Amino acid sequence: MATIRIPTPLRPYTGNQNSVIVSGDSVSAALADLTGQYPDLRQHLFDGDKVRSFVNIFLNEEDVRYLDGAATAVAENDTLMIIPSIAGGKLVLSLDCLVLL
Amino acid sequence: MTVKRLIHPDALADISLSHEEVQRYSRHLIMPEVGMTGQKKLKASSVLLIGAGGLGSPLAMYLAAAGIGRIGLVDYDVVDYTNLQRQIIHGTKDVGRLKLQSAKETMLDINPHVQVDTYEVPLTSANALEILAPYDVIIDGTDNFPTRYLTNDACVLLGKPNVYGSIFRFEGQLSIFHAAEGPCYRCLFPEPPPPGLVPSCAEGGVLGILPGTVGAMQATEAIKYILGIGESMVGRLLLYDALNMEFTEVRLQKNPNCPVCSDNPTLTELIDYEQFCGVPAHDHSLYLTAEEGEAVPQIAPLELKRRLDAGEELFILDVREPHEWEISNLNHLGAKLIPMGDVVARMNELDTAVTLIVQCRTGARSADIIRELQKHGFKKALNLDGGINRWASEVDPSLPIY
Ligand SMILES: [Zn+2]
Repeated sequence: MATIRIPTPLRPYTGNQNSVIVSGDSVSAALADLTGQYPDLRQHLFDGDKVRSFVNIFLNEEDVRYLDGAATAVAENDTLMIIPSIAGGKLVLSLDCLVLL
Repeated sequence: MTVKRLIHPDALADISLSHEEVQRYSRHLIMPEVGMTGQKKLKASSVLLIGAGGLGSPLAMYLAAAGIGRIGLVDYDVVDYTNLQRQIIHGTKDVGRLKLQSAKETMLDINPHVQVDTYEVPLTSANALEILAPYDVIIDGTDNFPTRYLTNDACVLLGKPNVYGSIFRFEGQLSIFHAAEGPCYRCLFPEPPPPGLVPSCAEGGVLGILPGTVGAMQATEAIKYILGIGESMVGRLLLYDALNMEFTEVRLQKNPNCPVCSDNPTLTELIDYEQFCGVPAHDHSLYLTAEEGEAVPQIAPLELKRRLDAGEELFILDVREPHEWEISNLNHLGAKLIPMGDVVARMNELDTAVTLIVQCRTGARSADIIRELQKHGFKKALNLDGGINRWASEVDPSLPIY
């Protein structure tokens, strides 16, 4: 069982959990288990079957893009992190949001 | 990675500290890591802050106090009441003033020995290279993706270090992106998230202290970088979770295929960053997203009041979140709250016989919902133009504006 750390912008899709315990012995299997537990998360992490290019997955301290990507092996007690792209308190989704910072 | 020498010793030959400055900086001078040489390096250096808001406030104040010789500020905004919860460089008396004026005044009050240069413009592809070029260190304190990519690309093209900080709700990020020594912002985030996948303002907000924490860490990194001491944040990303008081660090690598900082870059000049990100960079922008370009039928607050006063039966749908309803609502006019994420699933609760008035805080989320409802056959839906905030200002001043 590995742990996946959920960043703040994605917590609305995990019932506000900041970390989720997942099974699976690879990054892709772990993410599949995660999105199985929280289906609403899927569209934010995947584009079809591929992990979206702006989603950064780190295994312990390392970017999996420089390991074996989605095939990177995940061991017991490893920590996976999803690192979001955040731009500030003001997220420019629409003009309604032009309030902060 | 240990930091490289930014200020050449020859550049310090003409720099001296007055007796007054020696006294002011004495707690720096008695530390061997700074000393007279280090303090002169700070005086000889220049730092550009992009944004005089949440991150910019502690940055500008600490960098001025530390004796950075020249500090540039880029901002075009005016102080308003919603800024004061976190932008501590501005006070209540400054509401309505230019942030640049208010910030410069505070900085020169803290330390009259620094030079503060202000640029009252939004940073754009047309002016970025010219504004950044004279500075040794650039600090990104902006709040939107187009300006983040613009700042990154301009720093890479000019060979400047970019001290990066970013905040969201209770979460902060810190790094130094410097293509000459390590990865850039695009190595980590090659593309911005599509606009629709960025959490909406309903989920936004920021703990007022968070930019203080992250901005102070950016100031620390800038000063270490100028002094050439310690371990810099180049190639490292710090993640700060204030809610759990957790600091986590990951290693960043240079992407060999990075479009801007690799050996064979595909991007060799600044581009249109609003187009690239699909969102406007600032509220003076003329950029409209494809969806915002499609107008939905609107109703102005005074017109809504007239129709209600005339006894017309209307169904007011509030698509904000419950914690926003607690701030202000139109309950007394029969408004019904269904948060935007639930509207489609709960469409059966809407009365299709009468005209539907959809309302949010300022009218953007409600416009999105009307487009969605139109796809499901709702023909008689009007957007309350300017949302409940405009209603409060034009019709019902008993309601607060937020
Ligand atoms: Zn790069």
